[in-house]
Amino acid sequence: MHEITPKYSYRLDYKKGIQWPDLSFQFLALLGASVILVLIVLVGYELYRTSVLSIHNFGFSFVKNTAWDPVADIYGALPFIYGTLVSSLIAILLAVPLGVATALFLTEIAPNKIRQPLITVIELLASVPSVIYGLWGIFVLVPWMRDFLFPWLKTTLGFLPFFKGPIYGVSMLSGGVIVAIMILPIVTSFSREVLRSVPNLQREAAYALGATHWEVICVAVLSYSKRGLFGAGVIGLGRALGETMAVTMVIGNSPKISASLFAPGYTLASVIANEFAEATTDLYLSSLFELGLVLLVITLIVNGVAQLMLRQLTNGASFKN
Amino acid sequence: MQNINLIVSRYRPTNQFQILRRYKSSFISTLLGLATLIVVTPLFLVLFFLIKEGASSLNLDFFTHVPKPTGELGGGMANAILGSITLMGIACILGVPVGVLGGVYLSEYGNTKVNYWIRFFADILNGVPSIVWGMVVYSILVVPFKTFSAYAGGIALGLIMIPLIIRNTEEVLVLVPQSFREAGLALGIPRWRIVFSIILKTATKGIVTGILVAIARISGETAPLLFTAFGNSFWNHNLAQPIAALPLQIYAYAISPYEDLHHQAWAGALVLMLLILTLNIIVRFLSRDVARNSSYERN
Repeated sequence: MHEITPKYSYRLDYKKGIQWPDLSFQFLALLGASVILVLIVLVGYELYRTSVLSIHNFGFSFVKNTAWDPVADIYGALPFIYGTLVSSLIAILLAVPLGVATALFLTEIAPNKIRQPLITVIELLASVPSVIYGLWGIFVLVPWMRDFLFPWLKTTLGFLPFFKGPIYGVSMLSGGVIVAIMILPIVTSFSREVLRSVPNLQREAAYALGATHWEVICVAVLSYSKRGLFGAGVIGLGRALGETMAVTMVIGNSPKISASLFAPGYTLASVIANEFAEATTDLYLSSLFELGLVLLVITLIVNGVAQLMLRQLTNGASFKN
Repeated sequence: MQNINLIVSRYRPTNQFQILRRYKSSFISTLLGLATLIVVTPLFLVLFFLIKEGASSLNLDFFTHVPKPTGELGGGMANAILGSITLMGIACILGVPVGVLGGVYLSEYGNTKVNYWIRFFADILNGVPSIVWGMVVYSILVVPFKTFSAYAGGIALGLIMIPLIIRNTEEVLVLVPQSFREAGLALGIPRWRIVFSIILKTATKGIVTGILVAIARISGETAPLLFTAFGNSFWNHNLAQPIAALPLQIYAYAISPYEDLHHQAWAGALVLMLLILTLNIIVRFLSRDVARNSSYERN
């Protein structure tokens, strides 16, 4: 028996008459694509190379040490790791429910007339630069939260350790809120993408059984897309961890670990932004590079997990950032 | 979905339990709507304050003068605006060719497995915090040449653009019908000519849209410029020297203790936001036809 599939795809045949311009162009294109791999290696290698001094000096205790004292040349990353994780956690706790709710509203409930304008507004939200959110945060959001939101939280939830202590305005909570605002568009658009991948048959079947909007959302939509929505949340977390400018402007920049969310904090990205250009000793600079390495490793892991989850869901077709 | 909504809303139940179910559903729908309202409010708040605070500080000086020494009133951000344009130009010179070539490879040459991983790593690179790019460029360009420079800043921004453009270009190129390629091959045109004269030409609009999206994204980036372009309060026409940039200037002014500089920061932010909005409008205008031709908006 002969193979009877027609070989119409030029991909199979092009090697026959290939000429040097073709080959060199293909090579050029390959170079362009492989830049991606080169960049991944370059980023990791450069950060490792520059932080070797600090790694040798402090070893593993670098990530456990709470002291950050440039005068005594002693550096520990824990306050910054803590600040990064706590501010991102606040952001995720605020952004994921709101983002998923918005995505549900857009895909399941909103009539066509208002859906498209809303999507446009959310895309525009994503395009506002970090530094503008920071500026708005310093002069509008933080004073408002200091005068209204924080005192209210203190009187109603003051029995919790998170809402105790003096109110300065600039704080871990302000940082978390501004990051939440910044990651909301991305969480929403990824969630929407996930919800759109739910087959319409699922919904129609539920509606046919007489389900209400909410029951359709519960039974047909959410149960089908749980994992994808989780992935969207993890993508948001990845973004939150690396946010720099807006956080630096509102978090207060103080390397102390405090249970109160009203106290100023400091994140990995903001200490780099603040102190990098003025690092005086080699060890100081190297420690800052190691902070960058820690940040890179955390974000790579978080993003890798998120991408794998989203890909699994769509059988390999990937989500665009 | 629209038909279903109609049918569902025409159904009028009489049973208590059924009515409760419907109330519950509309209550939760309202909550979801409220959540949406909360999500979109910050955009309007930010725009409102940008216009309120920024517009009053905008004047001709802002676009024609460099910053005055601290303490003196007045001055502008002319050097920062030109600096930002310069940095974006350098970023495009690096990011556009590499990104488009990479996209061409993924759509025209690569095989499924290689493409999967390149896409995967491109998406991961997109998630790398922008400040990390600044650090990397600092260690490979600023340290060896012993000076902050426009080149370093532009390259940092260009590196951020590459994964964005690769992903977008590939997505646009795979929309070019396979028959176009086959027609070209049937005429005996070499493949590189097919790519340039047929595929890239057909997809120009989409590719340009993607490039503009990437430019809009990097135009507001501050973190990677902090220790690459560094900023400058004077005119600089030497690309091997530190250069001012709009976002850097906004940041520096926003955290300064002077009222006058705060006004300037708002004005700068308004200009930056207008630039980004303009880019967004152009993108929308360009991608309108694409969206009209393919019907992917489901529901």
